[in-house]
Amino acid sequence: MKSPSSRRSVEVNVFRLVREPIDIRKIVESIQKPEDGAVVVFEGVVRDNSNEKPVRFLEYDAYESMALSKIEEIGSRAKSEFEIRDVAIVHRLGHMEVGECSTAIVVASAHRGPAFDACRFAIDTIKKIVPIWKKEFYQDGEVWIEGAH
Amino acid sequence: MSIRVLFFASLADIAGMRETTVDAAAVTDVNSVFDHFAHRFPALENYRSSVLFALNSEFARPRSSVRDGDEIAFFPPVSGG
Repeated sequence: MKSPSSRRSVEVNVFRLVREPIDIRKIVESIQKPEDGAVVVFEGVVRDNSNEKPVRFLEYDAYESMALSKIEEIGSRAKSEFEIRDVAIVHRLGHMEVGECSTAIVVASAHRGPAFDACRFAIDTIKKIVPIWKKEFYQDGEVWIEGAH
Repeated sequence: MSIRVLFFASLADIAGMRETTVDAAAVTDVNSVFDHFAHRFPALENYRSSVLFALNSEFARPRSSVRDGDEIAFFPPVSGG
C-alpha cells in the first residue's frame, strides 16, 4: 500500500519540464489505471520545415518557474472542466532534432470523448499561455518564433 | 531595494542578457520598467505592442504596480508546444 507522501510525489511528477527525450510509454504507465477505458496521447513533434523553409533543428527556451505553474494550471483545469480521470503534461526544453517529441499530453478517462476534448484543450492552451519559445535553425540562420498575439 | 527583471527569447537577444535588476525607487508600474529598458535598448520599442508581461510568474497588465522584491518578466507571444 502506498503512503500518502509517495502518492503525492507521483501526482506532482505528471507535470514536468525535461531536457532529455520524452518516454511516452513511461508516462502512460505512470497514469493509466484499470478503470480507464481510454488513453489519449498527443505528441508535438519537430517538423522539418516552416513555411516551406527547411528546418535543421529546434531549440526551446522557457521561463521555467512560470511555465511549470501554467502547465499545472492547465492540467487542473482539464481535470475540472472535462470528465477525465487524470492528465499528464510534459514539455521538453533545449535542442531537438526533426522527428523528436517536444510536448506530450496523456489523458486517461473512462470514455474517449472527454479524453480527446481535454487533450485538445490542453495543447491549444499550452500554445497560448505557457511561456516557452521555439527557435528554428535553418541552413542560413536562426529565428525565434513568436506565437499569435 | 531592487526588482528582478527577466528577458526571454528575442527580447533577451535585444537586451543582451536574461536577467538584471532595477532600482525599485526608479519605477512605479510594469510599463515604467519596460520604458526604463526601452530607453537603454531602443530595439525593444519594436516589441512595445506585442510584449507580454509577467509579475511574480503571473501575467500582468502594463499598469500593474511593482514594488521591492518583485520579479518582472518581459517576453514575446509564446510559441511552445
